[in-house]
Amino acid sequence: MIEHLDLALVNWSRAQFALTALYHWLFVPLTLGITFIIAFMETLYVKTGDPEWKKTTKFWMTLFGINFAIGVSTGIILEFEFGTNWSNYSWFVGDIFGAPLAIEGIMAFFMESTFIAIMFFGWNKVSKKFHLLSTWLVAIGSNLSALWILIANGWMQSPVGMHFNPDTARNEMIDFWEVFLSPIGINKFLHTITSSYVLASVFVIGVSAWFLLKGREQLLAKRSIIIAAIFGLVSSMFLIYTGDGSAYQVAQKQPMKLAAMEGLYEGSEGAGLILLGMPTPGKEINDGKDDYVFKFEIPKLLSFLGYRNADAFVPGVKDIVEGGFEYEDKNGEIQIAISALEKIEKGKLAINALSDYKKAKELEDLVKQEESLIIFRENFKYFGYGFLNDPESIIPNVPITFYSFHIMVALGFWFILLFALVLFFIFKDKLIGKRWFLRLAIITVPLAFIASLSGWIVAEVGRQPWTIQDLLPTVASVSQIDASAVQITFWLFTLVFTALLIAELKIMFKQIKIGPKEGGH
Amino acid sequence: MFESLSHLVLQQYWWVIISLLGAILVFLLFVQGGQTLIYTLGKTDMERRLIVNSLGRKWEFTFSTLVTFGGAFFASFPLFYATSFGGAYWVWMLILFAFIIQAVSYEFRSKPNNFLGAKTYEVFLFINGVLGTILLGIAVATFFTGSEFSINEMNFSKWEGAARGLELALNPHNLSLGLAIFFLARVLAILYFMNNIDDENIFSRSKKQLIYNAIPFLVFFLVFVIWLMFVDGFAYDPVSKKVSCESYKYLHNFLQMPMVLIIFLLGVVLVLLGIGKSIFTICTKGIWVAGVGTIMTVLALFLLAGFNNTAFYPSTFDLQSSLTIENASSSKYTLKVMAYVSLMVPFVIAYIWYTWRLMNNKKIDADEMGEDIHVY
Repeated sequence: MIEHLDLALVNWSRAQFALTALYHWLFVPLTLGITFIIAFMETLYVKTGDPEWKKTTKFWMTLFGINFAIGVSTGIILEFEFGTNWSNYSWFVGDIFGAPLAIEGIMAFFMESTFIAIMFFGWNKVSKKFHLLSTWLVAIGSNLSALWILIANGWMQSPVGMHFNPDTARNEMIDFWEVFLSPIGINKFLHTITSSYVLASVFVIGVSAWFLLKGREQLLAKRSIIIAAIFGLVSSMFLIYTGDGSAYQVAQKQPMKLAAMEGLYEGSEGAGLILLGMPTPGKEINDGKDDYVFKFEIPKLLSFLGYRNADAFVPGVKDIVEGGFEYEDKNGEIQIAISALEKIEKGKLAINALSDYKKAKELEDLVKQEESLIIFRENFKYFGYGFLNDPESIIPNVPITFYSFHIMVALGFWFILLFALVLFFIFKDKLIGKRWFLRLAIITVPLAFIASLSGWIVAEVGRQPWTIQDLLPTVASVSQIDASAVQITFWLFTLVFTALLIAELKIMFKQIKIGPKEGGH
Repeated sequence: MFESLSHLVLQQYWWVIISLLGAILVFLLFVQGGQTLIYTLGKTDMERRLIVNSLGRKWEFTFSTLVTFGGAFFASFPLFYATSFGGAYWVWMLILFAFIIQAVSYEFRSKPNNFLGAKTYEVFLFINGVLGTILLGIAVATFFTGSEFSINEMNFSKWEGAARGLELALNPHNLSLGLAIFFLARVLAILYFMNNIDDENIFSRSKKQLIYNAIPFLVFFLVFVIWLMFVDGFAYDPVSKKVSCESYKYLHNFLQMPMVLIIFLLGVVLVLLGIGKSIFTICTKGIWVAGVGTIMTVLALFLLAGFNNTAFYPSTFDLQSSLTIENASSSKYTLKVMAYVSLMVPFVIAYIWYTWRLMNNKKIDADEMGEDIHVY
């Protein structure tokens, strides 16, 4: 099926996707969140008629515009990269995966680009109310685009609503609503947008704190801080709720990812959640070393979060590779897990059966066709394993997943504390005097970006080697290109995106320094 | 409402949608064409500023249409998406890079402390204008000239061309369509400026440049179309699905689908009318006449490539690997779901039209550049 596997090609293709996706994600969350903050501000302007609110709205709009342009610029490649670098994937699941991408374009991108023009250029051309409506539609449009792409991503993590058609050799959609309403997709969407609202709130607070430190734009800064802190705090509550939902989903659908997130090699009943720890460097599956150099954990919490039962068994990396533990399947029946080696064998049976089916079809041998299909269907669940040879290749990079996860969670809790403290100091009317705290708020801005990117690293590194969980590994998804070609485009992207990032930061800092102008832009 | 349609009808429906998106995209490439004329039409800073701002309010439509075109192709004809994007790697990567550098340029160009300097961003816009139009034209031309690829029994595709798509640029017919699109984009841009910018100097230069760009457009376009009428095309048997070469296939397609021929001829006439009226009269509405004409002409070309049992993405390496709207499409279920989604398209076009009129009811002029709004 795949003629030869070129590991350099797979690795460069993965590196390129990671690079472009991470660069894109540097800009998206700010757009998702700040558009709502701007919409709140403009609503207050329209309600009160206070020109200071208009000035405030326009100031943040300028920063949004700079960020939005580079978000668009880094985004286009992602729409096409599935085809350019993952063409086998594009055929194998395009029947399902293409739809949300197309809907995203039709439903969201035009909404954003149409109303953004009014938002920026329409101040003197349309009524106040229509302008306000446009600003809200930009916020809704950008969040709608997040909805569709995250539904698509959620589907890759837990494919539903489809069946495999042996005649076309691909997966085909049989239930759109199951794809659209997949709990993992919806949860992912909510977790991602609320994390973006938190990031945007931290950004607005950080920039405003700088004004306060400089003794400039006090009214603008204070008003912005209040809006952002409330928006951030409310979003944080949803963020925790959906984060908990994510942990539960991962435990059910991607137990290997959960094990990697916690650095858990040896599973146990009543497993604890690591609060602070360090996985043993260079740890391998059967080397007998301890899982951690040190750890502080909350007893039983991992079992509870993952299975809603404090004594539930959480399988570790080793258990999942070797099998033999009991788990409850989706029908609520107890099953014994099979080893990765057995899964690989079953996967190979499925792949061979599909190939036999194709040959039998050509020879019009109906009996053989039927036989092959039976074997194929019995083993299809493990189809993707058939492309692998080494049972340990189902283990993702544990340290990267572990640290990204813990950095994300720890920072997430710090942001909540920040929002609460901001509101407390504002309430006590002591914020301006707390210079150390204002500095801390500025330092927190880059941390919000780190937390957001870490979240994606957990989600994507943690699910390796799969592009589609259990059905298609990266090695079988890739376009058959020379690794050198991908290497060249990788470095081109690095060069171009880095240059644009530097430009964006320089322009952004300059505009913050200039501050709000009566003219707005 | 789509429940009772057959798979084939849904495939045809989606080919029409793709064709329409492609046609609108070519019209909107006027933004790219305009980016190559900033210094030709603008001799002072203010003139260039007017041009950049006039285009800057529209570039996102072109960009969004391109992205949606990609997404819609993925959803409806995934085998094309997999084969062409993964195969003609360098062509698509160059197109994408050309759009990546465009997207930041409007916003960053006139901002202080912009790291690369205003000139660099203008060069980015120029590169996007040249590469974006010519390469997209070349990519569309391969619907008629074919590419070298093979599809295996698992429907995994492999590119057999020597230079990962760059070889396509050496084909003179691909190149003639690419250049036709390039000059068409410039013609449309000029017509757009005549309609949208209130500046006498830009207007008079535009009028002159219109002739210089309309002539090469016509030459390259006619060269391509005349060749197309005489060339062997890629037909497939509706029953056995076998692909074969057929003499005068595209001419036959026109004759067997008179509606498509009428759309094509009417489109060409409207393009010529839009150009002619703008050259010989004081008419400033040429962009709308030529714009509608462009959409009709390109729509007809797409329908010519995909309808009437024609392989729309032919393989010259292995004829039987050629893609048709039947073998490259999504499943019936997915096309049906997406057909419901397509019902949003008229709604989207309606709000774009409404807001466009709101924004363009007054021409852009030097006074506006000093107003309290976002200016590039």
